[in-house]
Amino acid sequence: MAEFLSLHDAVARYVEDGATLAMEGFTHLIPFAAGHEIIRQGRRELTLIRMTPDLIFDQMIGAGCARRLIFSWGGNPGVGSLHRLRDAVEKGYPRPLEIFEHSHAAMACAFEAGAAGLPLAVLRGYVGSDLPKVNPQIKFIECPFTGERLAAVPAVRPDVGIVHAQKADRAGNVLVEGIIGVQKEVVLAARHSIVTVEEVVDELQAGPNACVIPGWAIDAITVAEQGAYPSYAHGYYPRDNAFYKAWDEIARDREAFAAWLEEHVYHAGGAA
Amino acid sequence: MSLDYTAAEMMTVTAARALENGTTCFVGIGLPSEAANLARLTHAPDVVLIYESGTLQTQPNVLPLSIGDGELCETALTTVSVPEMFRYWLQGGHVDVGFLGTAQIDRYCNLNTTLIGDYREPKVRLPGGGGAPEIATNAGEVFITVKHSKRTFVEAVDFVTTVGFGRDGTARDGVPHIGRGPTRVITDLCVMKPDPETKELVVVSLHPGVTAEQVQEATGWAIRFAERLETTPEPGAEELEVLRELKARTARHHAGNETGENA
Repeated sequence: MAEFLSLHDAVARYVEDGATLAMEGFTHLIPFAAGHEIIRQGRRELTLIRMTPDLIFDQMIGAGCARRLIFSWGGNPGVGSLHRLRDAVEKGYPRPLEIFEHSHAAMACAFEAGAAGLPLAVLRGYVGSDLPKVNPQIKFIECPFTGERLAAVPAVRPDVGIVHAQKADRAGNVLVEGIIGVQKEVVLAARHSIVTVEEVVDELQAGPNACVIPGWAIDAITVAEQGAYPSYAHGYYPRDNAFYKAWDEIARDREAFAAWLEEHVYHAGGAA
Repeated sequence: MSLDYTAAEMMTVTAARALENGTTCFVGIGLPSEAANLARLTHAPDVVLIYESGTLQTQPNVLPLSIGDGELCETALTTVSVPEMFRYWLQGGHVDVGFLGTAQIDRYCNLNTTLIGDYREPKVRLPGGGGAPEIATNAGEVFITVKHSKRTFVEAVDFVTTVGFGRDGTARDGVPHIGRGPTRVITDLCVMKPDPETKELVVVSLHPGVTAEQVQEATGWAIRFAERLETTPEPGAEELEVLRELKARTARHHAGNETGENA
């Protein structure tokens, strides 16, 4: 049953050093406020899981939270590189980062398999790609019915899954609208889940086929207004494309990044 | 009468013309997205555009900066989850054309968007595969559009992120349920197609004013030219007008966003 907690308390209770942690939101609804709280609490040695690391993992990797990254596209969307991620992979700064690299199709399937309680996901994928040569998590199996060679990847079953959504009702049921990515899959695949929301309402006013995650399938609900900024929350605020562009310069330089982190994360109470 | 246009416009218009009306196209961000939307706004009003963020049959009024911009969702017929997008719509066989860009490409259309150098000690780490590895094998065919340079058109890609026809041109042979793979590559200099037998890229059409020497100079291997080398038709006035208006509208939109949110 979802418990309403402060962001501080939700992170303190569920995110431990060394945890495997999936934080999702496909360009949309990225849980930045939760990421900043994890940085503030000084979590270390995390295995971070996201299809698109985006700025949120660039910040967490740059802040030294991560030991390992599982991902499928590590760029700054529409802008270029994630420089903190690159610095960790290319130079081991601020600490070495082990990477397990997939394609989007495989990651999406792995989240789905995690939600379905299966040990693996099967897909018609990775044909001719070098990715299986460098990622031991990609194997091939033979279909027992047709003999077709298919790719297999382990299901994602993180210790903690964190997503952001538009709203929850007072029982903790959550409505996700717009680009829904793998939001529901992450919550169901994770041992513990935290959902940050823009607001709590009396009635979700969800249509019969809306993407609603029941409160009894969630551990903690946290209100984090603007919690997805600088990504966006459909119906609430747009993506701050200017910030995504500005991030390129901030993240390119270790000192500029450290100063940004100091001002906007360590010395900020909530979303920066 | 000859119109004034840039090499970049020539590339986008040529790439757009490759998309036939009624085609279902899985669109990569950047140049492919620009070309696919130009097609939709000109000769192919019924082209179905799909982006990997889950937006199905989207009709954006401005070009998205990211693959998951709100504009794509707001103008889509419907938006599905990302697993559904890749499993049902792409892997399920509903996509005619995958439209991709790349950082490196070789003579067999293998694409590298992963890194320059060695995997464990990269010189330059690039974003990675994203949707491309499965778009390239599960779509009916693949169009690639990319600016022509020696840095991009290399003798051997440092890493095969996304298969064209493999290092020797045979990677698709005998593989069941696989698409035809790349059928054309459109650059700012020319159009290339794979040889039907060997799968090696052959220049089939030079853009107006471009010489074979220029193409060779911008290519990292001894590129082949078709015996009957054609000249790519020039962009039309309407195509240029629609493209320029689309780009201006996009610039205004993104600038407007910036001002609004900083205020």
